[in-house]
Amino acid sequence: MIELQKVNKSFGEKQVLFDVDAVFYKGKTNLVIGASGGGKSVMLKCMVGLVTPESGKILYDNRDFLQLDYQEVRAIRREIGMLFQGTALFDSLNVEDNVGFPLRMFSPMSEEERRERVNFCLKRVNLENSNKKYPSELSGGMKKRVGIARAIALDIKYLFCDEPNSGLDPITSRVIDDLLHDITHEFNITTIINSHDMKTVYDIGENIVFMHQGRAFWEGSKDEVAAARKELPELDHFIHASFIE
Amino acid sequence: MRIVYDLGKYMLFMRNMFSKPERFSVYVRRTLDEMNSIGVGSLPIVAIISFFVGAVTTVQTAYQLVSSLIAPSVIGTVVSDSTFLELAPTITCLVLAGKVGSHIASEIGTMKVSEQVDALEVMGINSIGYLALPKIVAGLIMIPVLIIMANFLSISGGIIAGKYSGILTPTEFIIGARDTFKAYTVFISMTKAVTFAFLITSISSFEGYYTSGGALEVGESSTRAVVRSCVAILVFDFLIAKVLL
Repeated sequence: MIELQKVNKSFGEKQVLFDVDAVFYKGKTNLVIGASGGGKSVMLKCMVGLVTPESGKILYDNRDFLQLDYQEVRAIRREIGMLFQGTALFDSLNVEDNVGFPLRMFSPMSEEERRERVNFCLKRVNLENSNKKYPSELSGGMKKRVGIARAIALDIKYLFCDEPNSGLDPITSRVIDDLLHDITHEFNITTIINSHDMKTVYDIGENIVFMHQGRAFWEGSKDEVAAARKELPELDHFIHASFIE
Repeated sequence: MRIVYDLGKYMLFMRNMFSKPERFSVYVRRTLDEMNSIGVGSLPIVAIISFFVGAVTTVQTAYQLVSSLIAPSVIGTVVSDSTFLELAPTITCLVLAGKVGSHIASEIGTMKVSEQVDALEVMGINSIGYLALPKIVAGLIMIPVLIIMANFLSISGGIIAGKYSGILTPTEFIIGARDTFKAYTVFISMTKAVTFAFLITSISSFEGYYTSGGALEVGESSTRAVVRSCVAILVFDFLIAKVLL
């Protein structure tokens, strides 16, 4: 479980996160939704330590990420997998080496064991027989799947996904959504997905945090969305705009 | 003020580079790859430039020393001393600042803007150490080797140009070069090579690492890396000459 308590973040004089409180549960697909500029990405970056908030707490199973020393932060990061919006695959490495990269850096596995693990991860994301291809030879959906395979290569506890459906067609989006949902339950990990796609919310959202103008505006399950949008015009407007889009 | 800020940032960058490697063997392999890229990849351009610099210096020195009172072997002395002290280390490193420096800055810069550096950080890898350290170590090993080769080829170019343009015979050239040869000039040549190697690789890595934006900014970082490396080479060229001569 990951918990945010009163997290604030500014860039210069512009404050982008205001006292954000949120809880992300283990074994669930936690979705952070909201319009662009609402603070979703900054919040995600704060959680993985790419951006440091000015105040607040980020608790990884009660370990305060912001109070840990550098080595402890690095140790937690080895429990984290992340799927970036642009996938962030290493251009100079082929699919096999990209997925095996965290293993090569951190696990004591032999070459043979590593290859087996890589093949297992690639099989899990339905991407076999592409081991020797380079990222430039892959489609957008394939890149996302390689990114997911790399994220789960180590035995992670937390999976972060920044706009996993951006740039994908609706069918591939659904494939990626289902994959993330299945992996979350199969490995019993805490998955946090940044998205502005309401279809993802209704397909796989189990715990939803709605971000609006830097604040965690609403939190609940997808079954509660319908009731909440009647009371919150901001949420209603966002959902309405999403479907028009 | 900007230069003081950048200098401080550069110092912090250098400090952050040194941390315990996550997996030593990976760093060794990366260093070997970089040695191939920096050393072997730069061999043709260094060979061509140093050969012709030696040849041109011989012809121009002969043009300036038109007197029956001056023995032709003096041309060999002037060319070999100029080669060791200035031409081979400085000209070669200015060329390498363009070739190697722009390559390093654009490679790291592209990784930065495409979130590959963030991916390394999220994995718990010291991205500065992982990206910059192998390049700097490879540069410190290979650039002096290139300078040794440049010294040899520049003098060879001088001998061949002297012979085929009828300025002096190879024997006269070698007598002149050996007459006043001091091993100390080779020491200065190597001191410059090591210093310039460090400046090129570290400044270019620094410029690449702090790239933000997109393709345009990668180009700007690359240009800045070359310009700053060249200026640093010239400043340290003067300082080394002042201190050691």
